[in-house]
Amino acid sequence: MATRHIISIGDFDRSGIDSLLDHARQIDNKNYDKNALSGKILAVLFFEPSTRTRMSFESAIARLGGTSLSVGSVDACSIAKGETLADTIRVVSGYADAIVIRHPKEGAARLAAEFATVPVINAGDGAGQHPSQTLLDLYTIRQSMPIDKIDVALVGDLRYGRTAHSLASALSLYNARLHTISPTGLELPDTLVNELVDKGMEIVNHDSIEEMIGLVDVLYVTRIQRERFPDSASYFNVASSYRITPELLSDAKEHLIVLHPLPRVDEIDPRVDESPHARYFEQSRNGVPVRMAMLMDVMQ
Amino acid sequence: MTHAGTTDENERLLIRRIKNGTVIDHIDGGEALNVVKILGITGATQEALSIATNVPSRDMVRKDIVKLTNRELSKEEVDRIALISPHATINIIRNFKVCEKKGVEIPTLIKGIVRCPNPGCISNTNEPIDSKFRVLSKGLCCYYCDWVITKDLTSYII
Repeated sequence: MATRHIISIGDFDRSGIDSLLDHARQIDNKNYDKNALSGKILAVLFFEPSTRTRMSFESAIARLGGTSLSVGSVDACSIAKGETLADTIRVVSGYADAIVIRHPKEGAARLAAEFATVPVINAGDGAGQHPSQTLLDLYTIRQSMPIDKIDVALVGDLRYGRTAHSLASALSLYNARLHTISPTGLELPDTLVNELVDKGMEIVNHDSIEEMIGLVDVLYVTRIQRERFPDSASYFNVASSYRITPELLSDAKEHLIVLHPLPRVDEIDPRVDESPHARYFEQSRNGVPVRMAMLMDVMQ
Repeated sequence: MTHAGTTDENERLLIRRIKNGTVIDHIDGGEALNVVKILGITGATQEALSIATNVPSRDMVRKDIVKLTNRELSKEEVDRIALISPHATINIIRNFKVCEKKGVEIPTLIKGIVRCPNPGCISNTNEPIDSKFRVLSKGLCCYYCDWVITKDLTSYII
């Protein structure tokens, strides 16, 4: 049987996503075998910093009875000596039953899948794909509403934000309508827009959050990175106009949920945390059952 | 003498017949040098090469012709040409006679011919891989990073 990898959300069709999310819900309801992956080893290869993704994968394998292996940092591994990723992957395939990889280069996970003899899960490759984040985003939406035909707003850095790209692609399978709002120069890439439109998705661009807040069911906020701007003053100027506050949410639909892949900086006022709309910490917690379902999918 | 006859005569004057090898005809006008490039033919390779560009043609406004002496192109090589000149025809010549005549077919996957324009792509590093692209109706899609090349393909030929 061919080795199963999870590299891109584009590798899934709608029924594949739905069945994985159903499985995650079962796990969330404590309806799973706690020794399902007993004796299995997960290699956690992170060549970039991560808190949530890394810890939730480690938590996921531990809750299924398996263990994880990792190198302390990139500086401490053979990559620092000039070893290719291909060689690292061949070697690590001999030590573990699956590999979770985060790497700064786009396409790194797909390369890893070519050289690995065990399943590979992409935990983020540069500005490319981050399928486990998308799956947990969808899971969090589905906890509050059916995903079909909803209105979803993407806010922030939509050019470089890989989570926004993957989520937009996945939502096109659910006939969602997309609303976008982003600073000039940080709009969704044209190639992605064309691809989504080709799939029949309706995309509406807005000039301000105020004009669309009453229209949407999900507000997906992403971080605007300071380094995209020439100086601090222009960053703060732009960032403040994209800040989500309780006052802004007073015009929202009652069932609106606010999501953020985290970490946040200034995008969401901490006062929103107490609002019934806030779901971002729950979203982060959902990383564990969703990643447990992913591990069981590829390792069993 | 017909106009067609004049065209044929002109072609003969431009490029001598070859005894053995490949004639690539009906290349879109101005693309011959790119065809040579996509076939990996450089000054360092051994083939005797003749090129005619912007030749008047009955079927096309202008066409280019490439003749390669003592080399028969494989199907994989032939199909690469389709990426830049889908109307090209290939004639395999043995002892001055056309022994095989075929069109080009656009391949579904191309390897090691085109460089990914994305500087952040893993295929632009020292990894032991060839670049790989899926051929889609909208352009070439990098197998690794999903970057899509929709125009200026020839500027990315390795």
